[in-house]
Amino acid sequence: MSYVLNTPADQKAMLEAIGVGSIEELFSLVPDRVRLKRPLAIAPALSEIELQLHMAELVGSNRSADDDVCFLGGGSYDHFIPAVVDAVAGRSEFYTAYTPYQAEASQGSLQAFFEYQTLICQLTGMDVANASLYDGGSALAESVLMAHGIHDKRGKVLVADSVHPEYRLALQTYIANLPLSLQVLPTPDGYLNPDDLRKAIDDETLCVIVQHPNFFGCLEEVEAVSELCRARGSLFVVSFDPISLGILKRPGQYGADIAIAEGQCLGNPMVYGGPYLGIMACREEFVRKIPGRLVGQTTDRNGKRCWVLTLQTREQHIRREKATSNICTNQGLFALRAAVYLTALGPQGLRETANLCLQKAHYLAEQMRKIPGVGLQFDRPFFKEFTVKLPGRARETLDRLLQAGYHAGLPLGRWYPHMENCVSIAVTERRTRQEIDAFSAAWIQALAR
Amino acid sequence: MDLKKLRFAPTHEWALMEGDTCTVGITQFAVEQLTDVVYIELPDVGDNVFAGDSFGEIESVKAVSDLYSPVNGEVIAINTALVNDPTPVSKDPYGKGWMIKIKAEPGSKLDKMMTQEQYEKQISSGG
Repeated sequence: MSYVLNTPADQKAMLEAIGVGSIEELFSLVPDRVRLKRPLAIAPALSEIELQLHMAELVGSNRSADDDVCFLGGGSYDHFIPAVVDAVAGRSEFYTAYTPYQAEASQGSLQAFFEYQTLICQLTGMDVANASLYDGGSALAESVLMAHGIHDKRGKVLVADSVHPEYRLALQTYIANLPLSLQVLPTPDGYLNPDDLRKAIDDETLCVIVQHPNFFGCLEEVEAVSELCRARGSLFVVSFDPISLGILKRPGQYGADIAIAEGQCLGNPMVYGGPYLGIMACREEFVRKIPGRLVGQTTDRNGKRCWVLTLQTREQHIRREKATSNICTNQGLFALRAAVYLTALGPQGLRETANLCLQKAHYLAEQMRKIPGVGLQFDRPFFKEFTVKLPGRARETLDRLLQAGYHAGLPLGRWYPHMENCVSIAVTERRTRQEIDAFSAAWIQALAR
Repeated sequence: MDLKKLRFAPTHEWALMEGDTCTVGITQFAVEQLTDVVYIELPDVGDNVFAGDSFGEIESVKAVSDLYSPVNGEVIAINTALVNDPTPVSKDPYGKGWMIKIKAEPGSKLDKMMTQEQYEKQISSGG
Protein backbone atom coordinates (compact mmCIF):
# COMPACT_ATOMS: atom_id res chain seq x y z
CA MET A 1 0.00 0.00 0.00
CA SER A 2 1.40 3.40 -0.92
CA TYR A 3 1.95 6.13 1.65
CA VAL A 4 -0.97 8.55 1.68
CA LEU A 5 -0.05 12.14 2.42
CA ASN A 6 -2.19 14.42 4.53
CA THR A 7 -0.62 17.88 4.13
CA PRO A 8 -2.35 21.16 5.05
CA ALA A 9 -2.88 21.68 1.32
CA ASP A 10 -4.60 18.27 1.05
CA GLN A 11 -6.79 19.09 4.03
CA LYS A 12 -7.76 22.43 2.52
CA ALA A 13 -8.67 20.79 -0.80
CA MET A 14 -10.79 18.12 0.93
CA LEU A 15 -12.59 20.67 3.13
CA GLU A 16 -13.31 22.83 0.08
CA ALA A 17 -14.65 19.82 -1.81
CA ILE A 18 -17.27 19.15 0.87
CA GLY A 19 -17.94 22.82 1.51
CA VAL A 20 -16.67 23.12 5.07
CA GLY A 21 -14.43 25.95 6.24
CA SER A 22 -12.23 24.18 8.80
CA ILE A 23 -11.67 20.88 10.60
CA GLU A 24 -13.12 22.52 13.72
CA GLU A 25 -16.31 23.25 11.79
CA LEU A 26 -16.36 19.67 10.42
CA PHE A 27 -16.36 18.28 13.97
CA SER A 28 -18.79 20.86 15.36
CA LEU A 29 -21.61 18.28 15.25
CA VAL A 30 -19.79 16.12 17.83
CA PRO A 31 -21.20 17.12 21.26
CA ASP A 32 -18.79 19.17 23.31
CA ARG A 33 -18.94 16.88 26.37
CA VAL A 34 -17.57 13.84 24.47
CA ARG A 35 -14.74 15.72 22.78
CA LEU A 36 -11.13 15.18 23.75
CA LYS A 37 -9.70 18.60 24.50
CA ARG A 38 -6.03 17.67 24.53
CA PRO A 39 -3.62 16.02 22.09
CA LEU A 40 -3.51 12.21 22.02
CA ALA A 41 -1.12 10.77 24.60
CA ILE A 42 1.43 9.45 22.13
CA ALA A 43 5.15 10.06 22.11
CA PRO A 44 6.54 12.54 19.59
CA ALA A 45 7.60 11.15 16.23
CA LEU A 46 11.02 9.47 16.04
CA SER A 47 13.55 10.07 13.31
CA GLU A 48 14.08 7.16 10.92
CA ILE A 49 17.38 6.27 12.60
CA GLU A 50 15.78 6.29 16.04
CA LEU A 51 12.80 4.30 14.80
CA GLN A 52 14.95 1.55 13.32
CA LEU A 53 16.90 1.27 16.57
CA HIS A 54 13.69 1.15 18.58
CA MET A 55 12.19 -1.58 16.38
CA ALA A 56 15.41 -3.60 16.50
CA GLU A 57 15.30 -3.43 20.30
CA LEU A 58 11.70 -4.64 20.34
CA VAL A 59 12.49 -7.48 17.95
CA GLY A 60 15.52 -8.39 20.09
CA SER A 61 13.32 -9.03 23.11
CA ASN A 62 11.54 -11.81 21.19
CA ARG A 63 12.55 -15.37 21.93
CA SER A 64 11.46 -17.15 18.77
CA ALA A 65 11.45 -20.86 18.04
CA ASP A 66 14.70 -20.30 16.14
CA ASP A 67 16.44 -18.63 19.11
CA ASP A 68 15.58 -21.34 21.63
CA VAL A 69 14.84 -25.03 21.28
CA CYS A 70 11.08 -25.34 20.98
CA PHE A 71 8.91 -28.01 22.61
CA LEU A 72 5.75 -25.88 22.57
CA GLY A 73 2.52 -27.20 21.15
CA GLY A 74 -1.14 -26.68 21.95
CA GLY A 75 -2.14 -25.96 18.36
CA SER A 76 1.03 -24.29 17.04
CA TYR A 77 4.01 -26.48 16.22
CA ASP A 78 7.60 -26.07 15.16
CA HIS A 79 7.44 -28.30 12.08
CA PHE A 80 9.97 -28.09 9.29
CA ILE A 81 9.04 -25.87 6.34
CA PRO A 82 10.68 -26.91 3.05
CA ALA A 83 12.18 -23.98 1.09
CA VAL A 84 9.85 -24.69 -1.84
CA VAL A 85 6.92 -23.39 0.24
CA ASP A 86 8.39 -19.88 0.45
CA ALA A 87 9.59 -20.06 -3.15
CA VAL A 88 6.08 -20.73 -4.52
CA ALA A 89 4.02 -18.73 -2.03
CA GLY A 90 6.39 -15.77 -2.34
CA ARG A 91 5.75 -15.33 -6.06
CA SER A 92 4.20 -11.94 -6.68
CA GLU A 93 1.31 -13.54 -8.63
CA PHE A 94 0.24 -15.28 -5.42
CA TYR A 95 1.45 -12.91 -2.77
CA THR A 96 -1.84 -11.47 -1.60
CA ALA A 97 -4.35 -12.74 0.92
CA TYR A 98 -7.23 -11.65 -1.27
CA THR A 99 -8.87 -12.94 -4.37
CA PRO A 100 -10.33 -10.02 -6.31
CA TYR A 101 -14.09 -9.55 -6.15
CA GLN A 102 -14.28 -10.88 -9.67
CA ALA A 103 -12.57 -14.02 -8.46
CA GLU A 104 -12.60 -15.77 -11.83
CA ALA A 105 -10.10 -13.24 -13.13
CA SER A 106 -7.51 -14.97 -10.92
CA GLN A 107 -7.46 -18.42 -12.48
CA GLY A 108 -4.06 -19.21 -10.93
CA SER A 109 -5.28 -18.54 -7.38
CA LEU A 110 -8.49 -20.46 -7.98
CA GLN A 111 -6.57 -23.44 -9.33
CA ALA A 112 -4.31 -23.36 -6.25
CA PHE A 113 -7.36 -23.32 -3.94
CA PHE A 114 -8.96 -26.14 -5.94
CA GLU A 115 -5.81 -28.19 -5.47
CA TYR A 116 -5.74 -27.28 -1.77
CA GLN A 117 -9.35 -28.54 -1.42
CA THR A 118 -8.45 -31.74 -3.26
CA LEU A 119 -5.42 -32.33 -1.01
CA ILE A 120 -7.49 -31.73 2.15
CA CYS A 121 -10.10 -34.23 0.92
CA GLN A 122 -7.39 -36.79 0.19
CA LEU A 123 -5.78 -36.15 3.57
CA THR A 124 -8.99 -36.38 5.61
CA GLY A 125 -10.93 -38.92 3.57
CA MET A 126 -13.85 -36.46 3.57
CA ASP A 127 -15.87 -35.60 0.44
CA VAL A 128 -15.74 -31.81 0.37
CA ALA A 129 -13.33 -29.19 1.72
CA ASN A 130 -13.75 -25.42 1.59
CA ALA A 131 -10.99 -23.02 0.56
CA SER A 132 -10.17 -22.30 4.22
CA LEU A 133 -11.28 -20.38 7.30
CA TYR A 134 -9.33 -18.16 9.69
CA ASP A 135 -7.85 -20.67 12.14
CA GLY A 136 -8.60 -23.78 14.16
CA GLY A 137 -10.76 -21.90 16.66
CA SER A 138 -12.98 -20.19 14.08
CA ALA A 139 -13.19 -23.44 12.12
CA LEU A 140 -14.51 -25.23 15.22
CA ALA A 141 -17.04 -22.46 15.88
CA GLU A 142 -18.14 -22.45 12.22
CA SER A 143 -18.60 -26.22 12.32
CA VAL A 144 -21.23 -25.79 15.04
CA LEU A 145 -23.02 -23.02 13.11
CA MET A 146 -22.97 -25.40 10.16
CA ALA A 147 -24.40 -28.24 12.28
CA HIS A 148 -27.12 -25.83 13.43
CA GLY A 149 -27.92 -25.13 9.77
CA ILE A 150 -28.20 -28.88 9.09
CA HIS A 151 -30.33 -29.80 12.14
CA ASP A 152 -32.14 -26.67 13.23
CA LYS A 153 -34.44 -28.57 15.57
CA ARG A 154 -31.69 -29.75 17.94
CA GLY A 155 -29.96 -27.45 20.38
CA LYS A 156 -27.51 -29.34 22.57
CA VAL A 157 -23.83 -29.17 21.77
CA LEU A 158 -21.53 -31.57 23.62
CA VAL A 159 -17.85 -30.77 23.70
CA ALA A 160 -15.09 -32.71 25.43
CA ASP A 161 -13.01 -30.85 28.02
CA SER A 162 -9.97 -32.17 26.12
CA VAL A 163 -10.74 -29.92 23.12
CA HIS A 164 -8.43 -26.88 22.88
CA PRO A 165 -9.72 -24.47 25.59
CA GLU A 166 -9.29 -21.44 23.33
CA TYR A 167 -11.26 -23.09 20.53
CA ARG A 168 -14.02 -23.70 23.05
CA LEU A 169 -13.94 -20.01 24.01
CA ALA A 170 -14.26 -19.02 20.35
CA LEU A 171 -17.21 -21.40 20.10
CA GLN A 172 -18.90 -19.88 23.18
CA THR A 173 -18.59 -16.43 21.65
CA TYR A 174 -19.98 -17.49 18.28
CA ILE A 175 -23.06 -19.22 19.70
CA ALA A 176 -23.81 -16.81 22.57
CA ASN A 177 -26.94 -15.47 20.86
CA LEU A 178 -28.14 -18.68 19.21
CA PRO A 179 -30.67 -21.15 20.65
CA LEU A 180 -27.86 -23.58 21.43
CA SER A 181 -26.61 -24.85 24.78
CA LEU A 182 -23.03 -25.92 25.30
CA GLN A 183 -22.21 -28.75 27.68
CA VAL A 184 -18.59 -29.52 28.47
CA LEU A 185 -17.91 -33.18 29.19
CA PRO A 186 -15.12 -33.76 31.74
CA THR A 187 -12.12 -35.83 30.71
CA PRO A 188 -10.42 -36.76 34.00
CA ASP A 189 -8.50 -39.62 32.37
CA GLY A 190 -7.22 -37.48 29.52
CA TYR A 191 -9.86 -38.49 26.99
CA LEU A 192 -13.63 -38.55 26.59
CA ASN A 193 -14.74 -41.86 28.03
CA PRO A 194 -17.44 -43.26 25.71
CA ASP A 195 -19.43 -44.35 28.79
CA ASP A 196 -19.64 -40.71 29.90
CA LEU A 197 -20.72 -39.67 26.41
CA ARG A 198 -23.36 -42.41 26.37
CA LYS A 199 -24.91 -40.87 29.49
CA ALA A 200 -24.82 -37.31 28.16
CA ILE A 201 -25.95 -37.81 24.55
CA ASP A 202 -29.69 -37.77 23.81
CA ASP A 203 -32.16 -37.07 21.02
CA GLU A 204 -31.70 -33.32 21.54
CA THR A 205 -27.95 -33.56 20.88
CA LEU A 206 -27.04 -31.57 17.79
CA CYS A 207 -23.38 -32.54 17.70
CA VAL A 208 -20.49 -33.99 19.66
CA ILE A 209 -17.07 -32.36 19.39
CA VAL A 210 -13.78 -34.08 20.16
CA GLN A 211 -10.21 -33.27 19.29
CA HIS A 212 -8.04 -36.18 18.14
CA PRO A 213 -5.25 -36.21 19.25
CA ASN A 214 -6.60 -33.95 21.95
CA PHE A 215 -5.22 -30.91 23.77
CA PHE A 216 -3.34 -33.15 26.24
CA GLY A 217 -1.83 -35.07 23.33
CA CYS A 218 -3.91 -38.20 24.00
CA LEU A 219 -5.84 -40.14 21.40
CA GLU A 220 -9.63 -40.20 21.71
CA GLU A 221 -11.92 -43.20 21.24
CA VAL A 222 -13.12 -41.75 17.95
CA GLU A 223 -14.76 -44.90 16.64
CA ALA A 224 -16.87 -45.36 19.78
CA VAL A 225 -17.80 -41.65 19.71
CA SER A 226 -18.75 -41.97 16.05
CA GLU A 227 -21.03 -44.94 16.75
CA LEU A 228 -22.75 -43.17 19.63
CA CYS A 229 -23.38 -40.14 17.39
CA ARG A 230 -24.72 -42.33 14.59
CA ALA A 231 -27.13 -44.09 16.96
CA ARG A 232 -28.59 -40.77 18.16
CA GLY A 233 -28.60 -38.98 14.83
CA SER A 234 -26.13 -36.40 16.20
CA LEU A 235 -23.38 -34.95 14.05
CA PHE A 236 -19.80 -35.92 14.86
CA VAL A 237 -17.36 -33.02 14.65
CA VAL A 238 -13.66 -33.79 14.99
CA SER A 239 -10.76 -31.39 15.33
CA PHE A 240 -7.72 -33.22 13.97
CA ASP A 241 -3.98 -32.66 13.64
CA PRO A 242 -3.15 -32.74 9.90
CA ILE A 243 0.34 -34.16 10.50
CA SER A 244 -1.08 -37.00 12.59
CA LEU A 245 -2.94 -38.27 9.51
CA GLY A 246 0.39 -39.56 8.24
CA ILE A 247 -0.16 -42.50 10.60
CA LEU A 248 -3.62 -42.21 12.21
CA LYS A 249 -6.95 -43.13 10.62
CA ARG A 250 -8.61 -40.39 8.60
CA PRO A 251 -11.74 -38.64 9.90
CA GLY A 252 -13.66 -39.95 6.86
CA GLN A 253 -12.69 -43.52 7.81
CA TYR A 254 -14.06 -43.32 11.33
CA GLY A 255 -17.28 -41.59 10.32
CA ALA A 256 -16.78 -37.90 11.10
CA ASP A 257 -19.47 -35.65 9.65
CA ILE A 258 -17.42 -32.45 9.85
CA ALA A 259 -13.64 -32.44 10.23
CA ILE A 260 -11.80 -29.23 11.14
CA ALA A 261 -8.19 -28.42 11.95
CA GLU A 262 -5.62 -25.77 12.60
CA GLY A 263 -3.48 -25.82 9.46
CA GLN A 264 -0.45 -23.93 10.81
CA CYS A 265 1.53 -27.17 10.92
CA LEU A 266 1.29 -27.45 7.12
CA GLY A 267 4.08 -25.13 5.98
CA ASN A 268 3.12 -22.07 8.01
CA PRO A 269 5.46 -20.48 10.55
CA MET A 270 4.66 -20.13 14.26
CA VAL A 271 3.40 -16.56 14.62
CA TYR A 272 2.13 -15.05 17.82
CA GLY A 273 -1.54 -14.21 17.27
CA GLY A 274 -1.65 -15.59 13.73
CA PRO A 275 -2.67 -15.38 10.97
CA TYR A 276 -3.16 -19.12 10.85
CA LEU A 277 -5.21 -21.45 8.67
CA GLY A 278 -8.64 -22.94 9.38
CA ILE A 279 -9.26 -26.25 7.63
CA MET A 280 -12.79 -27.56 7.18
CA ALA A 281 -14.11 -30.63 5.38
CA CYS A 282 -17.44 -32.44 5.46
CA ARG A 283 -19.50 -35.22 3.94
CA GLU A 284 -21.05 -34.50 0.55
CA GLU A 285 -24.64 -34.38 1.81
CA PHE A 286 -23.78 -31.23 3.79
CA VAL A 287 -22.12 -29.36 0.92
CA ARG A 288 -24.84 -26.69 0.86
CA LYS A 289 -24.22 -25.88 4.50
CA ILE A 290 -20.44 -25.59 4.48
CA PRO A 291 -19.38 -21.97 5.07
CA GLY A 292 -16.86 -19.97 3.10
CA ARG A 293 -15.61 -20.35 -0.40
CA LEU A 294 -15.64 -23.45 -2.56
CA VAL A 295 -13.74 -23.56 -5.81
CA GLY A 296 -15.13 -25.82 -8.53
CA GLN A 297 -13.72 -27.05 -11.79
CA THR A 298 -15.58 -26.54 -15.04
CA THR A 299 -14.95 -25.77 -18.72
CA ASP A 300 -15.09 -22.40 -20.42
CA ARG A 301 -16.94 -21.71 -23.67
CA ASN A 302 -13.97 -22.99 -25.64
CA GLY A 303 -14.03 -26.27 -23.75
CA LYS A 304 -10.89 -25.51 -21.75
CA ARG A 305 -10.53 -26.54 -18.11
CA CYS A 306 -11.07 -23.59 -15.74
CA TRP A 307 -12.09 -22.80 -12.17
CA VAL A 308 -14.93 -20.84 -10.60
CA LEU A 309 -16.24 -20.01 -7.16
CA THR A 310 -19.11 -22.43 -6.85
CA LEU A 311 -22.32 -22.61 -4.77
CA GLN A 312 -21.97 -18.83 -4.51
CA THR A 313 -25.72 -18.36 -4.50
CA ARG A 314 -25.73 -19.43 -0.85
CA GLU A 315 -22.94 -17.16 0.29
CA GLN A 316 -23.55 -14.43 2.79
CA HIS A 317 -22.75 -11.57 0.46
CA ILE A 318 -25.65 -12.65 -1.73
CA ARG A 319 -28.15 -13.80 0.91
CA ARG A 320 -26.97 -12.17 4.08
CA GLU A 321 -29.85 -13.01 6.39
CA LYS A 322 -30.21 -16.60 5.17
CA ALA A 323 -26.57 -17.62 5.20
CA THR A 324 -25.49 -20.07 7.92
CA SER A 325 -22.22 -18.20 8.24
CA ASN A 326 -21.02 -14.66 7.86
CA ILE A 327 -17.45 -15.59 7.12
CA CYS A 328 -16.36 -13.19 4.39
CA THR A 329 -12.87 -14.17 3.45
CA ASN A 330 -10.36 -16.94 3.73
CA GLN A 331 -6.68 -17.50 4.34
CA GLY A 332 -5.72 -17.86 0.72
CA LEU A 333 -1.99 -17.40 1.16
CA PHE A 334 -1.80 -19.92 4.02
CA ALA A 335 -4.00 -22.39 2.18
CA LEU A 336 -1.60 -22.05 -0.75
CA ARG A 337 1.36 -22.74 1.57
CA ALA A 338 -0.43 -25.80 2.93
CA ALA A 339 -1.06 -27.03 -0.61
CA VAL A 340 2.59 -26.60 -1.57
CA TYR A 341 3.72 -28.26 1.68
CA LEU A 342 1.46 -31.30 1.19
CA THR A 343 2.47 -31.58 -2.45
CA ALA A 344 6.17 -31.37 -1.59
CA LEU A 345 5.91 -34.04 1.11
CA GLY A 346 3.51 -36.39 -0.64
CA PRO A 347 1.92 -39.33 1.18
CA GLN A 348 5.28 -40.92 1.93
CA GLY A 349 6.84 -37.71 3.24
CA LEU A 350 3.85 -37.08 5.47
CA ARG A 351 4.03 -40.63 6.80
CA GLU A 352 7.75 -40.20 7.54
CA THR A 353 7.18 -36.82 9.22
CA ALA A 354 4.41 -38.26 11.39
CA ASN A 355 6.51 -41.26 12.27
CA LEU A 356 9.49 -39.09 13.28
CA CYS A 357 7.24 -36.97 15.51
CA LEU A 358 5.80 -40.11 17.09
CA GLN A 359 9.18 -41.75 17.72
CA LYS A 360 10.85 -38.61 19.05
CA ALA A 361 7.95 -37.70 21.32
CA HIS A 362 7.93 -41.21 22.79
CA TYR A 363 11.70 -41.17 23.22
CA LEU A 364 11.48 -37.90 25.18
CA ALA A 365 8.54 -39.20 27.24
CA GLU A 366 10.67 -42.20 28.20
CA GLN A 367 13.52 -39.91 29.29
CA MET A 368 11.16 -37.66 31.27
CA ARG A 369 9.60 -40.62 33.02
CA LYS A 370 12.99 -41.53 34.45
CA ILE A 371 13.35 -38.14 36.17
CA PRO A 372 12.51 -38.51 39.89
CA GLY A 373 9.17 -36.88 40.74
CA VAL A 374 8.13 -36.54 37.10
CA GLY A 375 5.51 -38.74 35.51
CA LEU A 376 3.07 -38.85 32.62
CA GLN A 377 -0.26 -37.38 33.71
CA PHE A 378 -2.35 -39.76 31.59
CA ASP A 379 -1.99 -43.42 30.78
CA ARG A 380 -3.16 -43.03 27.19
CA PRO A 381 -1.65 -43.52 23.74
CA PHE A 382 -0.35 -40.25 22.32
CA PHE A 383 1.08 -38.93 19.06
CA LYS A 384 3.57 -36.03 19.16
CA GLU A 385 2.46 -34.31 22.35
CA PHE A 386 2.11 -35.52 25.93
CA THR A 387 1.36 -34.16 29.40
CA VAL A 388 3.82 -34.51 32.26
CA LYS A 389 3.19 -33.96 35.94
CA LEU A 390 5.87 -32.19 37.97
CA PRO A 391 6.48 -32.33 41.71
CA GLY A 392 5.58 -28.62 42.04
CA ARG A 393 4.12 -25.68 40.18
CA ALA A 394 5.11 -25.74 36.53
CA ARG A 395 5.73 -22.01 36.00
CA GLU A 396 8.97 -21.67 37.97
CA THR A 397 10.55 -24.72 36.35
CA LEU A 398 9.57 -23.52 32.87
CA ASP A 399 11.10 -20.10 33.59
CA ARG A 400 14.39 -21.75 34.58
CA LEU A 401 14.31 -23.84 31.39
CA LEU A 402 13.70 -20.73 29.30
CA GLN A 403 16.82 -19.21 30.84
CA ALA A 404 18.63 -22.38 29.81
CA GLY A 405 17.48 -21.89 26.20
CA TYR A 406 14.34 -24.02 26.00
CA HIS A 407 10.73 -23.24 25.19
CA ALA A 408 10.07 -26.24 27.37
CA GLY A 409 6.32 -26.64 27.24
CA LEU A 410 2.89 -25.25 27.89
CA PRO A 411 1.82 -24.89 31.56
CA LEU A 412 -1.74 -26.26 31.64
CA GLY A 413 -2.83 -24.49 34.85
CA ARG A 414 -3.73 -21.47 32.75
CA TRP A 415 -6.76 -23.33 31.36
CA TYR A 416 -7.16 -26.18 33.85
CA PRO A 417 -6.78 -24.85 37.43
CA HIS A 418 -6.41 -28.38 38.84
CA MET A 419 -3.41 -28.94 36.56
CA GLU A 420 -1.04 -26.30 37.99
CA ASN A 421 1.69 -28.94 38.09
CA CYS A 422 1.17 -30.13 34.52
CA VAL A 423 3.00 -29.22 31.33
CA SER A 424 2.22 -30.31 27.80
CA ILE A 425 5.28 -31.00 25.68
CA ALA A 426 5.33 -31.33 21.90
CA VAL A 427 8.12 -32.90 19.86
CA THR A 428 8.29 -32.39 16.11
CA GLU A 429 10.50 -33.98 13.47
CA ARG A 430 12.83 -30.94 13.77
CA ARG A 431 14.10 -31.93 17.23
CA THR A 432 17.34 -33.90 17.12
CA ARG A 433 18.40 -36.73 19.39
CA GLN A 434 21.09 -34.42 20.83
CA GLU A 435 18.55 -31.70 21.57
CA ILE A 436 16.21 -34.16 23.25
CA ASP A 437 18.99 -35.65 25.40
CA ALA A 438 20.24 -32.20 26.43
CA PHE A 439 16.64 -31.17 27.15
CA SER A 440 16.12 -34.12 29.52
CA ALA A 441 19.33 -33.17 31.34
CA ALA A 442 18.16 -29.55 31.57
CA TRP A 443 14.92 -30.73 33.21
CA ILE A 444 16.87 -32.63 35.85
CA GLN A 445 18.89 -29.49 36.62
CA ALA A 446 15.87 -27.18 36.60
CA LEU A 447 13.99 -29.46 38.99
CA ALA A 448 16.99 -29.97 41.28
CA ARG A 449 17.23 -26.26 42.15
CA MET B 1 -54.13 -29.95 -14.06
CA ASP B 2 -56.87 -27.39 -14.60
CA LEU B 3 -55.11 -24.11 -13.94
CA LYS B 4 -58.47 -22.46 -13.36
CA LYS B 5 -58.67 -24.29 -10.02
CA LEU B 6 -55.35 -22.90 -8.87
CA ARG B 7 -54.60 -19.64 -7.08
CA PHE B 8 -51.38 -17.73 -7.57
CA ALA B 9 -49.06 -15.65 -5.37
CA PRO B 10 -47.10 -12.59 -6.53
CA THR B 11 -44.01 -14.57 -5.51
CA HIS B 12 -44.91 -17.20 -8.16
CA GLU B 13 -46.19 -20.04 -6.00
CA TRP B 14 -49.40 -21.79 -6.97
CA ALA B 15 -51.84 -23.24 -4.44
CA LEU B 16 -54.67 -25.73 -4.74
CA MET B 17 -57.21 -26.01 -1.91
CA GLU B 18 -59.07 -29.33 -1.63
CA GLY B 19 -61.06 -29.51 1.61
CA ASP B 20 -58.56 -28.31 4.19
CA THR B 21 -55.55 -29.60 2.26
CA CYS B 22 -53.52 -27.00 0.41
CA THR B 23 -51.00 -28.22 -2.19
CA VAL B 24 -48.21 -25.82 -3.14
CA GLY B 25 -45.74 -25.60 -5.99
CA ILE B 26 -44.19 -22.95 -8.23
CA THR B 27 -45.43 -21.71 -11.58
CA GLN B 28 -44.25 -22.40 -15.11
CA PHE B 29 -43.19 -18.75 -15.32
CA ALA B 30 -41.04 -19.10 -12.17
CA VAL B 31 -39.40 -22.23 -13.56
CA GLU B 32 -38.55 -20.43 -16.80
CA GLN B 33 -37.07 -17.50 -14.88
CA LEU B 34 -34.95 -19.74 -12.67
CA THR B 35 -33.53 -21.75 -15.60
CA ASP B 36 -31.76 -24.91 -14.37
CA VAL B 37 -33.05 -25.90 -10.94
CA VAL B 38 -30.33 -27.74 -9.03
CA TYR B 39 -31.60 -28.15 -5.49
CA ILE B 40 -34.74 -27.85 -3.41
CA GLU B 41 -34.93 -27.67 0.35
CA LEU B 42 -38.31 -28.55 1.85
CA PRO B 43 -39.59 -28.54 5.45
CA ASP B 44 -40.21 -31.71 7.47
CA VAL B 45 -43.63 -33.30 7.76
CA GLY B 46 -45.13 -31.97 11.00
CA ASP B 47 -43.54 -28.52 10.72
CA ASN B 48 -45.78 -25.50 11.06
CA VAL B 49 -45.83 -23.01 8.23
CA PHE B 50 -47.25 -19.51 8.14
CA ALA B 51 -48.85 -17.51 5.37
CA GLY B 52 -46.25 -15.24 3.80
CA ASP B 53 -43.33 -16.96 5.54
CA SER B 54 -40.68 -19.04 3.84
CA PHE B 55 -41.18 -22.82 3.98
CA GLY B 56 -38.19 -23.78 1.88
CA GLU B 57 -35.71 -22.79 -0.79
CA ILE B 58 -35.17 -23.42 -4.45
CA GLU B 59 -31.71 -23.11 -5.91
CA SER B 60 -30.96 -22.70 -9.58
CA VAL B 61 -27.70 -22.00 -11.32
CA LYS B 62 -28.71 -18.34 -11.16
CA ALA B 63 -30.04 -17.77 -7.64
CA VAL B 64 -31.40 -19.17 -4.43
CA SER B 65 -35.00 -18.12 -3.81
CA ASP B 66 -37.33 -18.60 -0.88
CA LEU B 67 -40.58 -20.50 -1.24
CA TYR B 68 -43.53 -18.83 0.52
CA SER B 69 -46.51 -20.51 2.10
CA PRO B 70 -49.97 -19.29 1.08
CA VAL B 71 -51.66 -20.39 4.35
CA ASN B 72 -51.07 -21.10 8.02
CA GLY B 73 -51.01 -24.78 8.82
CA GLU B 74 -49.08 -27.98 9.32
CA VAL B 75 -47.07 -29.77 6.65
CA ILE B 76 -48.67 -33.18 6.09
CA ALA B 77 -46.67 -34.30 3.04
CA ILE B 78 -43.60 -33.29 1.09
CA ASN B 79 -42.58 -34.39 -2.38
CA THR B 80 -39.45 -36.23 -1.27
CA ALA B 81 -38.56 -37.17 -4.86
CA LEU B 82 -37.60 -33.54 -5.52
CA VAL B 83 -34.90 -33.50 -2.86
CA ASN B 84 -32.84 -36.05 -4.80
CA ASP B 85 -33.79 -34.85 -8.26
CA PRO B 86 -35.57 -31.53 -8.81
CA THR B 87 -36.21 -32.08 -12.54
CA PRO B 88 -40.00 -32.68 -12.12
CA VAL B 89 -40.31 -29.05 -10.94
CA SER B 90 -39.00 -27.86 -14.31
CA LYS B 91 -40.77 -30.50 -16.43
CA ASP B 92 -44.16 -30.62 -14.75
CA PRO B 93 -44.50 -27.75 -12.24
CA TYR B 94 -48.28 -28.17 -11.81
CA GLY B 95 -48.19 -31.97 -11.54
CA LYS B 96 -45.23 -34.12 -10.49
CA GLY B 97 -43.41 -30.96 -9.42
CA TRP B 98 -45.73 -30.24 -6.47
CA MET B 99 -43.74 -29.43 -3.33
CA ILE B 100 -45.75 -29.67 -0.12
CA LYS B 101 -49.23 -30.38 1.17
CA ILE B 102 -50.41 -28.32 4.13
CA LYS B 103 -53.29 -29.08 6.50
CA ALA B 104 -54.59 -25.52 6.53
CA GLU B 105 -55.94 -23.87 9.68
CA PRO B 106 -59.76 -23.90 9.82
CA GLY B 107 -61.19 -21.04 7.84
CA SER B 108 -58.12 -20.61 5.63
CA LYS B 109 -58.98 -19.18 2.25
CA LEU B 110 -57.04 -18.33 -0.86
CA ASP B 111 -59.25 -15.27 -1.54
CA LYS B 112 -56.37 -12.82 -1.60
CA MET B 113 -54.42 -14.81 -4.17
CA MET B 114 -54.71 -14.25 -7.89
CA THR B 115 -56.73 -16.26 -10.37
CA GLN B 116 -54.96 -17.65 -13.44
CA GLU B 117 -56.19 -14.71 -15.48
CA GLN B 118 -54.97 -12.12 -12.95
CA TYR B 119 -51.62 -13.89 -12.61
CA GLU B 120 -51.08 -13.99 -16.35
CA LYS B 121 -51.81 -10.29 -16.47
CA GLN B 122 -49.17 -9.72 -13.74
CA ILE B 123 -46.45 -11.64 -15.54
CA SER B 124 -47.20 -10.14 -18.92
CA SER B 125 -46.81 -6.69 -17.33
CA GLY B 126 -43.30 -7.70 -16.29
CA GLY B 127 -43.93 -8.97 -12.81
